[in-house]
Amino acid sequence: MTYTESMLASIAKVDASRSSRMSTPFRRMTPEERDDVLRRFHPDYIQQAMREIRIGRSQGMRTPLEMADVLEGPAQIDPATFQLGAPDLLCDVLVIGGGGAGASAALLASENGAQVVLATKLRFGDANTMMAQGGIQAADKPDDSPAIHYLDVVGGGHFANSPDLVEALVSDAPLVIRWLEELGVMFDKLPDGAMNTVHGGGTSRKRMHSARDYSGAEIMRVLRDEVRCRSDRIQVLEFNPGVELLADASGRVTGAVLLDLETREYRLVGAKAVVLATGGGGRLHYQGFPTTNHYGATGDGVVLAYRAGAKLAFMHTMQYHPTGAAYPEQILGQLVTEKVRGLGAQVCNLHGEQFVFPLETRDVESAAFIRECVERGNGVATNTGQQGVWLDSPMIDQIHGAGTIEKALPAMVRQFRNFNIDMTRQPILVYPTLHFQNGGVAHAPDGSTGVAGLFVAGEVCGGVHGENRLMGNSLLEITVFGRRAGRSAAAYVQGVELGERTLAHLSAWEQARREAGVSGGRPSPILLPDYTRHVRQVRQDPLIPVG
Amino acid sequence: MTAEKPDNGSSILGGQAELIPIYVMGQRVDVPPSLTIMRALEYAGYTLTRGVGCRGGFCGACATVYRLKGKPALYFALACQTVVQPEMYLAQIPFFPYRRADYHLEELQPTAATLYQLYPELLRCLACGTCTKACPQGIDVRAYMAAAMRGDIAAVADISFDCIACGLCSARCPVEETQYNVGLLARRLTGRYLSPVSQHLLDRVQEIGDGKFVAELQLLKSLEKAQLAERYNAREIEA
Repeated sequence: MTYTESMLASIAKVDASRSSRMSTPFRRMTPEERDDVLRRFHPDYIQQAMREIRIGRSQGMRTPLEMADVLEGPAQIDPATFQLGAPDLLCDVLVIGGGGAGASAALLASENGAQVVLATKLRFGDANTMMAQGGIQAADKPDDSPAIHYLDVVGGGHFANSPDLVEALVSDAPLVIRWLEELGVMFDKLPDGAMNTVHGGGTSRKRMHSARDYSGAEIMRVLRDEVRCRSDRIQVLEFNPGVELLADASGRVTGAVLLDLETREYRLVGAKAVVLATGGGGRLHYQGFPTTNHYGATGDGVVLAYRAGAKLAFMHTMQYHPTGAAYPEQILGQLVTEKVRGLGAQVCNLHGEQFVFPLETRDVESAAFIRECVERGNGVATNTGQQGVWLDSPMIDQIHGAGTIEKALPAMVRQFRNFNIDMTRQPILVYPTLHFQNGGVAHAPDGSTGVAGLFVAGEVCGGVHGENRLMGNSLLEITVFGRRAGRSAAAYVQGVELGERTLAHLSAWEQARREAGVSGGRPSPILLPDYTRHVRQVRQDPLIPVG
Repeated sequence: MTAEKPDNGSSILGGQAELIPIYVMGQRVDVPPSLTIMRALEYAGYTLTRGVGCRGGFCGACATVYRLKGKPALYFALACQTVVQPEMYLAQIPFFPYRRADYHLEELQPTAATLYQLYPELLRCLACGTCTKACPQGIDVRAYMAAAMRGDIAAVADISFDCIACGLCSARCPVEETQYNVGLLARRLTGRYLSPVSQHLLDRVQEIGDGKFVAELQLLKSLEKAQLAERYNAREIEA
């Protein structure tokens, strides 16, 4: 899978301009220029790709068509016929989601006295956390402070962020780094012990902590191991996604219905509180974009929480990561970490020219790439007609010394080498890819949602990032708010007396659908995207009829 | 750009190129030659729940063993990162009953004795290198197992760092080592006990405990958008 001849001709121009580019960095955009490129080229601003939600507590909020469809969909189970017998499992706190937020919540809930069940769709740790490469932000250097971090976060989020959530995020950040280190996370350090931190897009201090470019994987595998070491307090159920919440007559959450993907049986878990940590929805492929997201990222938690009466926030904004792989086709849309630019790689067009400062915030950077290809016609075309721009990775070794790329970006080097591209010697082609759900379930700093017994943490939430998240604030969000939600849920269950478990909220949901004239639709949550090519008829009923 | 979607095979090919035969658990299916193993399975009609995860080479869910027609060798790969070849005989390893030790990290010492105690089979290692041959990440597993036997925990952590815990090393090991869990233990011991102390982090944790930043954050929280924007646009940016 080497580059095509026309791509090689463009690479020659990138090589030729490298030394002069290195001494003449491109300037940052003015605030007016940022606004202009966003309004004209960012996917969030394409009105025909959005519509208003027609039912529920956030009725009237605009969101991508694909998300609106799953939000308004009928439930997977029919409240009129579903048999709610005795629960298969009882616990204090049920955590739905086995990524970094769910694992953090489970650890803190159990530490605070709760018996925990952690249920997850695929394997424990199969989550976007595992795929996060670049790092985690925390203001822990002497020339930095949580207040400076605060300003970066709200500026990046277009000043729409919830101030209380941002305060919690930046104030807990150094505490979380210390917590992770005590759990055994290996952060990149200098020989004297100082954290080896770099910039991310939109940061004013070098506060990106990393673990090579396996930052999320390193955090996830440590959290997962710690949860497994506490099996007396935390039971893990893999291949058991949540399909609906249970609530009592007064609307307090009392557990969930899970679907065992192996046996296709429903499983009832009775719980005094539920923490939803199901992640985002990149696999809904808004506007047809490819995604960096995990296979199970189908927006389930937002659907479950919304039907149970929670409010949503910022559902009109999704994050398109500027550097998704645009070539080769086999890894289209997969993440090329922002750390590549953090280490100094510039971005070039077809002619080997810079056209944007490499570390604008992600939304601005993405919009600038789209403008370069769509409006200015300076994109590089691949053999499939896919457009992209060059990320000049070989610069990194020239700036920091030979071998830096191999040492700092082993996952990236490996990913491209699998397809016979050597990013230490040749630039790589990138184009924006669907990366993150900026919005989600509205919540307070303690993870509570306004629905009694329902807590949320991680990408399923909305508010802390406003309309755009900065690099390194998602690994931070999942740990900060995972810990807070777990702690709050454990406190809430002390002495709480709940009524009978019902699906009354689902009956109400069906009625709301009827009253709004919403009918049909694909049952949601959808649980997995459908990538299977079927050329023959598929039998729908069970292979061996029951009874 | 096009999304990954049900007809992703034909989107790569424009429906033109010839198909190649591969064998999925012994059954022949014909697939476009440009697909990864994972996409080829979906092209062939499979709906995946086991043996699929991040689809980006980070999670280790899609460990795959294959052979090529007429050749004795076994090859090891991640289904999401490997393009199909003609006459490939494929098997996914969806689950394997590996052992991992239970421990409380805070009670452990970062010593060789800890490794031997929690993973006594470590000392049975034959240094045969089958693990290294099986690693789809190209990690020298044998080398870190040797380091583990020497008690060089930091070296185990360094060499094993890119491990995605797919488990192929353990599945192939003739003496039932769980190499990747030894690596995980060594990395956790290194992160907690052996990495140099970050004094600036400890200082900042102390300052936050003392409430040093509360007032400044309260002030920022009270500002209107225009005032915040003014401060944001005037930020000093670290070189």
